[in-house]
Amino acid sequence: MKLCWFHLMPYTQLPEDFREKHNSVWVDIDRKLFDPAIAHTLYNEFMDELEYAAEVGFDAICVNEHHSNGYGMMPSPNLIAATLARRTSDAAICVMGNSLALYNPPTRVAEEMAMLDCISGGRLIAGFPVGTPMDTCFAYSQNPSLLRDRYYEAHDLVIEAWTKPEPFSFNGRYNQMRYVNVWPQPIQKPHPPIWIPGGGSVETWQWCAKMDYVYAYLSYFGYQMGRDTMRGFWTEMDRLGKDRNPYRAGFLQFVGIADSKEEALRLYKEPAEYFFGRCLHVDPRYGNPPGYVTEATIRAKAVSQIGSASSRAARSAVTWDEIIDKGYVIVGTADEVADKLREVALDLNVGHFMLLLQYGNMRKDLAMHNTKLFAERVAPQIRGLFDDQWEDRWWPKPLPKPSRAVPGTGLREAAE
Amino acid sequence: MSGVSERTVGINGHDCRIWEKGAGEPLFYLAGFGGLPRWTPFLERLSAHRHVIAPSLPGFPGSAGHVELDTLLDWIAATLDLLDAAGLKSGDLVGASVGGALAAEIAAMSPASVRRLALIAPLGLYDPAAKPADLWAQTPVTQPALLCADPETYKAHIAPPEGADAGEWGILMTRANEAAARLLWPLCDTRLVRRLHRIRAETLLVWGEADRVLAPSYAQRFADGISGKSRIEIIPGAGHLADLDAPGAVAEEVLAALA
Repeated sequence: MKLCWFHLMPYTQLPEDFREKHNSVWVDIDRKLFDPAIAHTLYNEFMDELEYAAEVGFDAICVNEHHSNGYGMMPSPNLIAATLARRTSDAAICVMGNSLALYNPPTRVAEEMAMLDCISGGRLIAGFPVGTPMDTCFAYSQNPSLLRDRYYEAHDLVIEAWTKPEPFSFNGRYNQMRYVNVWPQPIQKPHPPIWIPGGGSVETWQWCAKMDYVYAYLSYFGYQMGRDTMRGFWTEMDRLGKDRNPYRAGFLQFVGIADSKEEALRLYKEPAEYFFGRCLHVDPRYGNPPGYVTEATIRAKAVSQIGSASSRAARSAVTWDEIIDKGYVIVGTADEVADKLREVALDLNVGHFMLLLQYGNMRKDLAMHNTKLFAERVAPQIRGLFDDQWEDRWWPKPLPKPSRAVPGTGLREAAE
Repeated sequence: MSGVSERTVGINGHDCRIWEKGAGEPLFYLAGFGGLPRWTPFLERLSAHRHVIAPSLPGFPGSAGHVELDTLLDWIAATLDLLDAAGLKSGDLVGASVGGALAAEIAAMSPASVRRLALIAPLGLYDPAAKPADLWAQTPVTQPALLCADPETYKAHIAPPEGADAGEWGILMTRANEAAARLLWPLCDTRLVRRLHRIRAETLLVWGEADRVLAPSYAQRFADGISGKSRIEIIPGAGHLADLDAPGAVAEEVLAALA
């Protein structure tokens, strides 16, 4: 079992009456709500939290990409990943996405990710999401009717840029390049492991199976709501003749740990309500531009999870009881959380947990506390799951430790 | 829909539908946002006096193949192919909304094809002081009220006919919205402004007074840019899809201008 510590980097100062007074947390969020001085503190605290997670032994630290979004302050996850590559030494650096179709030319992604792989000594996991409609079609004005095709073509271009032995020309439908010659190249061969964060579309599952990529289901609504999707995924893998290696899959889960259940309920109520209330207040008009969801997926009745999340959140704020009862956040003592996560891992058959231990307006001290309890008292109970039967073929293969640079060494000596 | 004949032509290897009704001088019609999920009272009125020929653009109801069209040039070529197949030769062309944007392109790029032009709230221009509305950041509740002065008119226009599979019908209408997005996303600005001067045909500009997508002030921008003689008619009480909202009044103006 791999335990990945995931940060969304939410802006923590949205007002209490945000849902009543403001249209949306995404796309047209009110610019007056953003205070750069607060963001200065938040960015630094959030990076402290990610570095701390690496220090206490999480297998990976994860960042992701959102645009014009009050709960995701990382339009460029690569910037954050670059600092993490310098400040950590063993954890995998999981960039849960560069939305490939947003980059022109997409070789930019191949370049930056190759840089990250080189700087980190081969610790990069390359996530390639299509991106939500809010991020891609609205904040970045991409045409919903062309987005998926552009994404698939950009993917092909990036893979070729990483793997072809010579400079080459690329004559795609959307990208024409005479000279493709990405310099630097990634350390990991043929390329860093690729994970695809996705909703519940059958086409994405089939594509992950064909390409042999990890499918990461990043639902905010926990294991109960995620069960059907993950069952669908495994049924499709069976149908395609793929093994049930749990490392084919990743799953996101919010967690809150304390010394007693009562204390946990007290500590995590506010940040959870902040996230499921203010952060998921998305105008449903941005949830489903025509063409974003393929006709095959509409026929399969699988609606984009973000779209459905935003429309459900628009109906009414999610209550604390619902958050707990439906398992959006798993809250309890370390033992209770470990038991539940073991059950979820086995039930959903997922080998990679993407764990949200900071969420909403959770302060740094509580995020650190949650992280410490998880690392010391939960991780040892579940880490061994699956490893006796399955190999994680989708995990980074860094340079051997002795070959890796130690950042910052020799600075004083050089100066003297 | 009695008396409407239907045929299918191949455009880029995809089937496209052509509806025809009436006798007399041919009149070609390219429909607006949402296309023609059904025959309309506006076309019915026109067909009492003219031979109405309504080809459905790729991706709009009855026609496939929008996924082949990546650029404006692709759209113009496909529209020319479709109008050729429908029999347009120096004829009268009417275009509304999305169809209006392409009708204007045809008149600009193939002037010999178009004798007289009637545009009903055509898209394609962009005025920063009166931005076109976002046609796609909408819900099933907000969209009808954006497109028609009376939202019930649009709802009735796109409602599944009796016996139709509601799911498949929903996909058909989503596809029509996608096809419009493919051409016009995100600002409905096709840079038509650079080609307007090439329109030499006599042009009628019809605009719904209550157009919430594209303000009636756009009518003057079109009139100013077109080289041919032009005239503006504002239809009281009509919205963006004015020929749905006020079929009688719009048909009267069109028939008079193309008489």
